[in-house]
Formats: sequence, structure tokens, C-alpha cells
Amino acid sequence: MIEVKDLRKNYGTNVAVGGISFQIERGETIGLLGPNGAGKTTTVAIISGLLRPDSGEVLIEGRAISGDSDPLKHKIGLVPQDLALYDELSAHDNLSFFGALYRLDGPALARAAAAALDLVGLTDKAKEKVGTFSGGMKRRLNLAAALMHDPDILLLDEPTVGVDPQSRNAIFDNLETLKKRGKTLLYTTHYMEEAERLCDRVVIIDHGKVIANDTLHGVYRLIPAANMLLFDLDNAEGMSLDELRGLPSVRSADVTGNNLRVGVGNLSTDAPAVLQWLQSNGRAYSHVVSERPDLETVFLNLTGRKLRDS
Amino acid sequence: MMIALRALVRKDLRLFFADRRAVIMSFVAPIVIASFFGYIFGGSQTQETSKIAVLMVDQDASPISTAIFADLQANKSLDVKGSGLDAARESVRKGNAALAVIIPKDFGAEAGRAFFRPEKKPEIAVFYDPSHSAEQQMVQGVLTGSVMQVVSKEMFSGATGESVVKESLAAVDQSAGLDAGDKRSLHDLLQSVEQWNQRARATGATGGGGLSGGVRMPYEVREEAITARTGVQYNGYAHSFGGMSVQFILFVGIDVGIGLLLQRQRGLWKRLRAAPLSRGLLLGSRAISAAITSMLVLLVVFGFARVVFGVKIEGSMAGFIGVCLAFSFMTASFGLLVAALGKTPEATRGLSILVTLIMVMLGGAWVPAFLFPQWLQTVTMFVPTRWAMDGLDAMTWRGLGFSAAIQPIGALLLSTVIFGVLAVSRFRWDAEG
Repeated sequence: MIEVKDLRKNYGTNVAVGGISFQIERGETIGLLGPNGAGKTTTVAIISGLLRPDSGEVLIEGRAISGDSDPLKHKIGLVPQDLALYDELSAHDNLSFFGALYRLDGPALARAAAAALDLVGLTDKAKEKVGTFSGGMKRRLNLAAALMHDPDILLLDEPTVGVDPQSRNAIFDNLETLKKRGKTLLYTTHYMEEAERLCDRVVIIDHGKVIANDTLHGVYRLIPAANMLLFDLDNAEGMSLDELRGLPSVRSADVTGNNLRVGVGNLSTDAPAVLQWLQSNGRAYSHVVSERPDLETVFLNLTGRKLRDS
Repeated sequence: MMIALRALVRKDLRLFFADRRAVIMSFVAPIVIASFFGYIFGGSQTQETSKIAVLMVDQDASPISTAIFADLQANKSLDVKGSGLDAARESVRKGNAALAVIIPKDFGAEAGRAFFRPEKKPEIAVFYDPSHSAEQQMVQGVLTGSVMQVVSKEMFSGATGESVVKESLAAVDQSAGLDAGDKRSLHDLLQSVEQWNQRARATGATGGGGLSGGVRMPYEVREEAITARTGVQYNGYAHSFGGMSVQFILFVGIDVGIGLLLQRQRGLWKRLRAAPLSRGLLLGSRAISAAITSMLVLLVVFGFARVVFGVKIEGSMAGFIGVCLAFSFMTASFGLLVAALGKTPEATRGLSILVTLIMVMLGGAWVPAFLFPQWLQTVTMFVPTRWAMDGLDAMTWRGLGFSAAIQPIGALLLSTVIFGVLAVSRFRWDAEG
């Protein structure tokens, strides 16, 4: 469906994208992950036709976008990171406007607006001005605006930035619905848990280059500590971390206050050894959970460097 | 394409009318300011014009000074009041009077003598407010005429004149320095004046004819304002409404540019560029909506001027519409240029307002361009607002035909093309990643 071939884009001496290649199959959801400034937004901008690459190409169903008014753009719906909406207009009028840009008119336009509002749960707010909406409602409408022309491909550039957990869940629900309808989704984020919930595969980029392109399980397999065990200890004072780290099943161990964080490879085979060690050392705990490593951990393991802020 | 174009234009117009500040600035502000300027610059010429406040300090109290006082008071352009010397100086200093005229003691007698003999002329002091130098020159002209008329009248028919003539005749007869021929001629002249006065007194004629009315201007001025047609009065509101329309429509142009920059800042530009729309359609729709807004402003502002102040299109209606359309297009491409050259909305707004005000000033919207120095008038020929003003003036109060609109329309369309080409060539099309 989408073929990204050796994309390169420089801004002066700054390399924004330095040779990125990946493919997305029809109906697939891909997470494009990376720290701020990794080149995610530039990659999305090139795929959607907003930017011309210095070299390389993007093929949509085997064909490159050939100009500003290329009908191929009808296949793409862009959800920008910014809330690209007119605050002065109502939700319905915003959607009608963006639909008309794709030649929708009359009853077809009205139907598309109603369907998009319904999907994001804003039907009862259709006549209200967007300026009065909460951040979460605007995010949902931002998504709806990209759906007006019923595109096959959705490019989502961090669509949950700055929203509350409830709105984030609502957006995830919307995206899962779209996924079930067979849409192809490219989702940029720097949250592993978002990718885990939505994506079939992740492409991790840094400094404009792909550093991993696999399923999440595949990525986790690359990391020694694929699972984290988090303990709330009654008392962590005087605990020998070196001894714990010396266990064959333990990949990492750190203590902050009474919170112990232990990295293991395989949860089912390695966790019992850790629990046994704690018991034999008289370390009682009131709570324990396991979690997947976050992007910070993945990134550190893949590159040996910490995530950059910019 | 038409669906998208219609949607883009309609959206721009809806956003414009949703912005109360923009509507007030575009429609109400030009009407209010143009009404004010039109009123103070003469309006429809039916209202009474303000008089120049003049104080008169008469230290002479002679028939001549009294007559000058009365003559000045009769002038409809002046508001003349008597005053003491110190009070007059203080009033002028405080700005309560534009100037004060001080007629010194013995002015009447000394002016009479100076009329016939080369003696020292008496001085009339004029205190004036330096910020009213134009009024000072005008009053000085009126004063000169008044003094000449009153003094000459008194010399040829008044009591002061009789004694001055006798005194002068005696002085001429006793003069040793005069050439014999000159002395004879001067003696005959003064004797003739004395006989004239005696005959006039004997017949009781005081103002019947000849010089008894004093030395008067040897001509009369017939004033005729050349407007659209004979009998059509100049309407100052026509120029002020044209000027303020031009100014505030250019502000609409700035809003067009700022609007595009805001779209870029808010990410809307990405969404527009992601749609299958040509660059021509994106910028063209903006230009069309700006031109429609500009035309609406012109029609509303001139409509108000027509209804309330009687401003008429005395010239060619087609020419008026042509100038309005051409100026609207120019405004639209000016707005695109603002967007093309601007970086951020905040920084661009201040700079473009400054440029606009300079264009408006040079265009003669505030004060007529003929008041500028010659070199500056030449420069203004390269400023599109000058052509807009000339075109609107020509089609409104000057009442000229369509041919007079062709040059302004051409100049405005040329400006449209220049601004448009510059805008398109400098426009940042890429939506940043």
C-alpha cells in the first residue's frame, strides 16, 4: 500500500531524514516511533505530499504523488499534530469545509460529516463552535476532519498529544474501529504503550534513520530485559543489588526508595527466581506488577544512548 | 474545483464576519473617521466655517483706528474683539486667539502724513501664534486692504485728512530741499486734494463717488469652485470617504496576509496542502475572498456617504466600479505579499501596518498630495494608493468620465501583477515537517 524508499531530507546542514525505507501493507497499522526530532513528522509530511524529499520516493499503491492536485491524495487522510481546526466555526462547518476540499458536496458531504461526528462521538456538539471545545474534543474532531473523504490511508502525527486519559482512550477506540474497517494507519508516537495497543508493527527511527522495523514482540526480543518487575518493598535498606544482579535470570536491577525495579528476559521462567531471592533475603513486599519496557528502555538497549529531548 | 473554491472563499468570508474586531475596523472605523475628516475639511460646504479669533488693541482711538476696527469686525472670516495689550499677548500665548493687532497711539495722524510724505511710517504690531502662521498671513492681507481703504478715505474726505493736507501743503511750500519742478507738482496735487475736500464738504457728499470711499481694490474677485458640473457643490466628504476606504481596505489586505500566516502557525496550512488542491486555487481563493471583502467595504462606506452626506458618483459609474475593483485586486495581492514576506503573524502585523500607513499618507488620503513638495509628488506616482485616490476623486466629486479612470485602473492592475508575482515567487509552499 505504502512504500517508502530511501527518503532523505536536509534543512541546511541538519539532516532531518537520512535514508528511511519501510513498507506498509493494506490494512496494517504501523507505529512510527522515535524521540522528538528523530524525523517522524518530516517523514509523515513527505508521505502526505506536504514536503518534497531531497531524494528517495514514496509510492502509494505503486505510484508517487505527482503534483499538488494529484487525485492520489484522495487516498490519504492527514491528522496533523497541531489542532488544525477553525475555532470560529462550528464542528459541523469545520468538517463540511474540509470535506469540500475533496470535492464532496450536497447530501454526500452532509452524510460524511454526520458519520465522522458520530464516529468520534461529537454529534451532539455539531453546532457548537470549536473554540468552546475541550482539548480532548478538539483532538477527536481533528481526527474526524481527516476522515471526511473516507481515505484508505490515515497518517496520524501524534494524535493524542496533550489529552486526558479519557479522551486518549476514546481516540484509541476510534482508531481501532477504523482498523477494523480495513484502513491503513501510520501512527507516530513516542509512547510504547500506545504502539502496543494499536500497532501490528513498529518502525523506530533516530537521527533520521531506521534503527528497528519489526513487530513489538520482535523488538522486545532484541532487548535483554524484555519485561520489568516492579516491587513495592517494605524496606529496601541494606539490600545487596550486586547479588540480585548476579542471578542468571536478572538483566538489570535498580532501587529508588523502597521501589525495586528488576529487568528479566522471560517473565514466566525468570520471575520465580527473583521472587525466591527476595523471600530468602527476608525482603517482604506489598505490591508487585510487571510491565513492558518503555521507549526509553528500548532506545537505550538499541542505541546505547538515552533518549534526547530534542 | 468549483466546490473547493467556493468552500475556501466562503470559509474566508465567514471567518471575516465572525471576527467582530475586523468588521468594526473595516466598516465602522472608516465611516467614523471619514465623517470627522470630511466635516473639519469643509464637509458639504453648507455648514458655517470657523472664524479666526483676532484681538484688536486700539491704543490710538482715532477715527482711522476705529474705522479699521469696524472694518475688520465686518469681515465674515474673522472674529475680532477688543483687548488690552497685556491681555492680548497672554491670550495669544495660551492659544485662545490666533493673533492680536496693536494699533499704536497717533497711528491715524502718522499714517495720514506717511500717505503724502516720505516720513517714517507708523508700525502696526501683530502678535501671532506660531502654530497659526497660515491664519497670520491671511489676516495680514485683510488688514492691509482695510488700512489702505480707511486711511485713504479719511485723507480725501475726513477731518483728519483735511488737517493733514493743510499741514503737508505748508510743509511742501516751506521745503528748501525740493526741486522746483517737484515742489510745484506736489503743491498742485495737495491743493487739488484740499479743493476736493472743500467741495465735498460744501455739497455734503461723504461717500458719493470718486475717492470719497477711499482707495479700493481695482478689481472684484468672482469665486467659482470647479466641480463636476455648474451648480454642483464640492463635497469634502467624497475625498475623506475615499481616503479612509483606501486606508482601511489595505488593513483588510494585512488581515489576509496575517490570516495565511496564522493558518501556517496553527497547522491548518498542512491540512490545506494535503488536500488535492493546486497552489493557484489555494492562493487564488484567498485573493478572491479578499477582493470581495474589499468591494463590500467600499460599497458600504460609500453607501453610507451617499445616504448621510450626499456624496454622489458625479462621474462615470463604470469608472468608479472599475477603480474599486482594481483597488480590491491590488489589496488582495498586497495581502498575499504580506503573507509571502512575513515570518510570524506578530512580527508581520506591526511592519505591514507601518508600510500601509506610509502608502496611505503618500497616496494623499490624509492630506491632498498637491501639498507635498514637487519631488515627493513625483515619488507618489509609484505608490498605488495615489492612483486609487486620484481615481476615486475623479469619479466622485470631480465628475470626470470613464477615460479619466483608465490610467488609475491601469496603474492599480499593474501594482496587482507586481505584488502578485512577488508574492508567488517568495511564498513558502512547503509545510514544515
